Amino acid sequence: MSKNAFVVLDNIGKRWKGQLGVEHISLEIEEGEFVALLGPSGCGKSTTLRLLAGLEVPDEGRIIIDGTDVTSMPAAKRNLSMVFQSYALFPHLSVAENVMFGMKVRRVPKKERLEKMQNALDITGLHGLEDRKPSALSGGQRQRVALARAIVAGRKLCLMDEPLSNLDAKLRNAVRKDIKKLQSDLGMTIVYVTHDQTEAMSMADKVVLMKDGRIEQVGSPEQLYSEPTTTFVAEFVGAPPMALIQGAALDGFTHLQTIGVRAEKIRVATNNHRMTCTVTDCEFLGAETFIGLAHEQANGLTLKLDGKADMKIGMQVKITFDDQDLHVFDPAGQRVDPR
Amino acid sequence: MSDLAKLERRRRAIFGWLLLSPAAILLSLFAFYPSVATLWSSLFSRGTRRRPTEFVGTENYTDLFADPTFWIVVKNNLIYAGVTVPLSMFIALSMALWANSKISAKGFVRTAYFTPTVLPMIAAANLWLFFYTPGLGVLDQIGALFGLPSVNWLGQPETALWAIIIVTVWKESGFFMIFYLAALQTIPVDLREASDLEGAGRWTYTRRIVLPMLMPTTLFIAVNAMINSVKLIDHLFILTKGGPSDASKLLLYYIWEQAFAFFDAPHAAALTILVLLVLGIVAAVQFILMERRTHYQ
Repeated sequence: MSKNAFVVLDNIGKRWKGQLGVEHISLEIEEGEFVALLGPSGCGKSTTLRLLAGLEVPDEGRIIIDGTDVTSMPAAKRNLSMVFQSYALFPHLSVAENVMFGMKVRRVPKKERLEKMQNALDITGLHGLEDRKPSALSGGQRQRVALARAIVAGRKLCLMDEPLSNLDAKLRNAVRKDIKKLQSDLGMTIVYVTHDQTEAMSMADKVVLMKDGRIEQVGSPEQLYSEPTTTFVAEFVGAPPMALIQGAALDGFTHLQTIGVRAEKIRVATNNHRMTCTVTDCEFLGAETFIGLAHEQANGLTLKLDGKADMKIGMQVKITFDDQDLHVFDPAGQRVDPR
Repeated sequence: MSDLAKLERRRRAIFGWLLLSPAAILLSLFAFYPSVATLWSSLFSRGTRRRPTEFVGTENYTDLFADPTFWIVVKNNLIYAGVTVPLSMFIALSMALWANSKISAKGFVRTAYFTPTVLPMIAAANLWLFFYTPGLGVLDQIGALFGLPSVNWLGQPETALWAIIIVTVWKESGFFMIFYLAALQTIPVDLREASDLEGAGRWTYTRRIVLPMLMPTTLFIAVNAMINSVKLIDHLFILTKGGPSDASKLLLYYIWEQAFAFFDAPHAAALTILVLLVLGIVAAVQFILMERRTHYQ
């Protein structure tokens, strides 16, 4: 394992009273990278972030940030900033005071403090709200105050713990773009925790998918999408996720194998069909329609059709797909390279 | 406006008044009416068999202001309030901060601090009587170990008031601690973490974040502590009876004495009105002053 990366997590483990938190977490993050820790709730992604932040101390393993071993260092010394899920704004302080709190604590001269604060408010578009208390702000504005507080110190590493989960869907999209732009403008390294795979896939350079306290797969969004290493990844990533079919249902595969196929690779069969399914639901999204299909030996089969498509629920549909688009998994759920 | 909307509005108004009425009736009956009645009776002379009650205007008040005991009692009560209010609040806050931190036996500590509150004041006073008793008392016994002379804490004018003050602080701190503890638990943990990340130490966090966020509680406790400094006199009956030579006499005890020992109701009424007036003014000032610096969530 090379120790030259900007952030290195080396075989980190953390347990609470014997209960597993995270285990064998090894990860390298390059400077300027946007890394998303993705996984279902309880998978240990927030724990990993808190260990990295120094809010928890690992039972084993080492953490290196920017060449320094920070494993036993308190949070304040790790030279990083953090955006909390709840934003953790100080309710009795105004926006300006919230943003300047850290600099005041560190006794940054007043002139520099005000300059940096103005700059941070410029970037986050919070001008005119300096004197408001957090309770007088909307959810989106509070979120931006939290961002401003995180960027004002100019730390190279910024941790974000589900920063968008308290926003409505439309705002979430907008802020997603803002964060991404902020990151590339300021050249920050961001470690971003989310349970929303769309968020992770659309923002991150590298996605770390976790399950039960372990890392399941690390890779670029494309890699996770097109080469899932396990059935768990296959079923977690993508909207809709990959359909999994028991090998026995298809010719040319054994009953021990599980076959995965993406919705966009499934076609309605014109002559030779490979499966016959029942329509369970129709989801019209404007540009395309997703048709949910049921088959007793398959899970999550979805057919993607362009535009508006009408299929009656309960209707039988014959479908087919090409061998080259299939993903094959062994009985343990591990990816098997295509023959 | 349509008839339906009018009807609805009236219905809501009636509903509101119905909700208010139980408290309004009880308060009028047992607080407002007695206050007014007291004010009224403070304007009349004390009736004897030979001289019936007559209207004397402010004479009862001028009597009081001319009475040296009154001024001693006022001074005593000012010292009593001036020491017990800030001291018990400070101790309450310190205990709450400690009992709220990550210590082992947290439950035990909290219970121990709260015990004095559970005891009736009379019982607590008897307990302290045992502490203070010259010769036999715990304080003297401990003092004797170090060869200190016996002190009659409650029996000499120099120490009597202070002995009373200590009992009050001991009794009240635990009670106020509960309020602080409750308020502390509403402060989210991630505020602590956010300030940790910014490099704020424990003291900075307490001073810049915790104390301002406790302001509503502090205001509430301050008003209560001040009212208690007038109200809480049960222990005087057990410990000193206001003595020696009025050294530990407090306003409410004096009022009781006037009314039920000397049977001078008009003077007691005048005293009561004065106390109500002062308490009202101080509470109003406290609210106005602290409101400005208080953040409510």
